[in-house]
Amino acid sequence: MQAKGRVFKYGDNVDTDVIIPARYLNSSDPAELATHCMEDIDKEFVNKVNRGDIIVADKNFGCGSSREHAPIAIKAAGVSCVIAETFARIFYRNAINIGLPIIECPEASRGIEDGDQVEVDFDSGVIYNRTRGTEFQGQAFPEFMQNIIQAGGLINYINAKTEK
Amino acid sequence: MGMTMTQKILAAHAGLDHVEAGQLIEAELDLVLGNDITSPVAIHEMDKMKADTVFHKDKIALVMDHFIPNKDIKSAEHCKCVREFACRHEISNYFDVGEMGIEHALLPEKGLTVAGDVIIGADSHTCTYGALGAFSTGVGSTDMAAGMVTGKAWFKVPSAIRFNLTGKPKKWVSGKDVILHIIGMIGVDGALYKSMEFTGDGIKNLSMDDRFTIANMAIEAGGKNGIFPVDDQTEAYMKEHSMRSYKVYEADEDAVYEAEYTIDLSKLEPTVAFPHLPENTKTMNEISQEIVIDQAVIGSCTNGRIEDLRTAAEILKGRKVKKGVRCIIIPATQSVYLQAMEEGLLKIFIEAGAVVSTPTCGPCLGGYMGILAAGERCISTTNRNFVGRMGHVESEIYLASPAVAAASAVMGKIAAPEELGL
Repeated sequence: MQAKGRVFKYGDNVDTDVIIPARYLNSSDPAELATHCMEDIDKEFVNKVNRGDIIVADKNFGCGSSREHAPIAIKAAGVSCVIAETFARIFYRNAINIGLPIIECPEASRGIEDGDQVEVDFDSGVIYNRTRGTEFQGQAFPEFMQNIIQAGGLINYINAKTEK
Repeated sequence: MGMTMTQKILAAHAGLDHVEAGQLIEAELDLVLGNDITSPVAIHEMDKMKADTVFHKDKIALVMDHFIPNKDIKSAEHCKCVREFACRHEISNYFDVGEMGIEHALLPEKGLTVAGDVIIGADSHTCTYGALGAFSTGVGSTDMAAGMVTGKAWFKVPSAIRFNLTGKPKKWVSGKDVILHIIGMIGVDGALYKSMEFTGDGIKNLSMDDRFTIANMAIEAGGKNGIFPVDDQTEAYMKEHSMRSYKVYEADEDAVYEAEYTIDLSKLEPTVAFPHLPENTKTMNEISQEIVIDQAVIGSCTNGRIEDLRTAAEILKGRKVKKGVRCIIIPATQSVYLQAMEEGLLKIFIEAGAVVSTPTCGPCLGGYMGILAAGERCISTTNRNFVGRMGHVESEIYLASPAVAAASAVMGKIAAPEELGL
């Protein structure tokens, strides 16, 4: 499994309120949520993002509320992967559960700038910065998390297991 | 190697004699919680599963509290979806208008959460029930869906930080000041993925409402859960509110903690978290500049319980909210509301020029009932002061205790009760 795209770079403590403000939580439609993704931190994000693009951030990405609407909005906006120095734990869990690939890598978070072209290999955890020609070793997912992501989320994973 | 209190509860619910930090386990759940924002997403996920029954109709709690009474058509549709689901599956603990309250104040009050439980909730402040000696943690909607169907959830066993609390807090220093002090000390990711275990002889000087407030904000330090040992006060609370049997777990003497802090409660001062992170704390005596406010909110799952309202009333009694300041007081549950009425607190609030609302999460997350305009400033007893949390991205939230919020409402600027001669 791989991701490849242009980077949107953010700092520490990007909270779920700025990822998807609560004023839009009266909807749970992924496409509608995607139109407000990152609105309170980066108004231009939704206009600039292309399918496959990658979010890179510093510490504690996704802190705050447990709203699954946050990773849902990011995934529905077309983002293929989020790389951060660390993730808040509920966001981490939610991202895996809905099948949004995320990867912790402090070195990558420091060595990647806004606008860089980056490639991620989820099996090996290798992150390649094509713009700068640098490579970073991120934490590869444990097998069971990879299985959940490959199935497209926890529910599909449970369904597939039940069928077997 | 010994286990922490959290590890012991998780081990017991996973059918294991021993667990270690980092271990992946599957645990049996005593309660699965959702609200009107997170449950519709979970119900949608459940529809995708091939299972059409829930694991236990009495072990699921659905609380309509964020946008109700419904603020608009879309939120009404969400509540309708949950209401129909609750009806279809005969969910006994479904709480709608008239019975509802803010979930984390409501569930302990209804006796649905007791010591020794493992609880997941699709709301980040689910960690509140740690005040009762339960393991409880916030999850997302998909985990909630899987929990509703299977009665189980996977967890990575957390390591822990121990907070040894000693001494007795001064007048006007509450659980809110304790937890703001801790978050200021360790930061918003200071307990990331970890348990925050509170111990020490100072705990006896903290009321149950104080402990709920402290455990509630464990998530604001990134914690997986916050947990208190069970003492006489806890047992008295559970006996008063719950018919359920409970189980008391204690940390082993040789339990391993990643870090330990000792906090003398008698040395703490009323504390305020400045925009835009709960870790930006200052004690009242460290604030030199005048911070004029437009709004004061007293309520939420953090500080909408009866003691919080009593404190606010003690300050507002016979005084007036400063002209130009909107003071919004939100009892967390119907029962708190009723008690506040019987104790005459509502009269004090209304005579002071505050408004009293039906229970709702409303303004805390910028839903409704007190949204801020650009450039406006609010002092609030809620739990987050992120950019745009209560409204416009150019508004500001200062987090504080009910005592400081009430005193500030009277003064029209951030103020300690002492400034009113109290």
